[in-house]
Amino acid sequence: MKRFLIPLGIFIVLVGFLAIGLKLDPREVPSPLIGKPAPDFRLSLLSDPAKPLSPADLRGQVWLFNVWASWCVSCREEHPVLLDLSKRGIVPIYGMDYKDQPGDAQAVLDRFGNPYVETVVDLDGRTGIDYGVYGVPETYVIDKNGIIRYKHTGPLTPAVLDNKILPLVKELQR
Amino acid sequence: MKPWMIVLALWLPLAAMADEAKPLAEDPVTEQRMIGLSENLRCLVCQNESLAGSRADLAQDLRQEIREQIRAGKSDKEVVDYLTQRYGDFVLYKPPVKPLTWLLWFGPFALLIGAVAGLYAYIKRRGNRPVDAPLSAEEKKRVEALLGNNGNKS
Repeated sequence: MKRFLIPLGIFIVLVGFLAIGLKLDPREVPSPLIGKPAPDFRLSLLSDPAKPLSPADLRGQVWLFNVWASWCVSCREEHPVLLDLSKRGIVPIYGMDYKDQPGDAQAVLDRFGNPYVETVVDLDGRTGIDYGVYGVPETYVIDKNGIIRYKHTGPLTPAVLDNKILPLVKELQR
Repeated sequence: MKPWMIVLALWLPLAAMADEAKPLAEDPVTEQRMIGLSENLRCLVCQNESLAGSRADLAQDLRQEIREQIRAGKSDKEVVDYLTQRYGDFVLYKPPVKPLTWLLWFGPFALLIGAVAGLYAYIKRRGNRPVDAPLSAEEKKRVEALLGNNGNKS
């Protein structure tokens, strides 16, 4: 009997590993920036290129940093989710227009609505590299002290917002 | 064929030379180092490609970044650190040895040692089994009689 139990045991362990492996998403690269200060930048605003914005200006509040672009299809997909969130007024969303033509980005906002308090323009993608951006859209939760607390890669969904981001934001706002 | 046509034909290779591939960068040493480094780095967009081989936009940006850092006099380690600070150990095709990766690095050796120990135990146990006693001449005769075999047929 024992003779049959050993291979069965090995098989069950193997199935366990494979089951976990199936659930893992290789696209979700853990960011080393979590728990670290948000990388500094000084980028001009989409609404007014003469005005710069840097993360230091946003100290003292919890904010979401959403990296997007007009050429990014999944950004269009998450756009209504962001619009809805901005209407609820729970947390300010700042956008970064990543490697894009500012005119195109403005056109998207004019046409579909603007969920962002402000959008900064990262023309050459250098700030994106500093934030470890590898696929837009990406969303960061940044706390009152300017520390990155969470990163979501890919389009935001109402489920991700309700289960992960908003509970975290509420905790950080306390 | 007229002589002037031959002369014209002789000029053709020169025209081809004008279209020779441009060097990848002004500085071949930098380029060589960049390629050497980026071959061991993973492209984050197409994850099974190296940074050197990927045509993704981000890979191009990162290669440019590596080039600039090499030109600025950064060491290979500094360039790799720059990338791991932003993208994590995930960009490294050769993960560093640290407690989190011990299982990855030493697991195969542990398995090997376990397997060798198992094999040793198995062989030892088998060696202790009583050896089959040889048949006596009489027993052999009985066996052959029972099998109906006189030794003529094989």
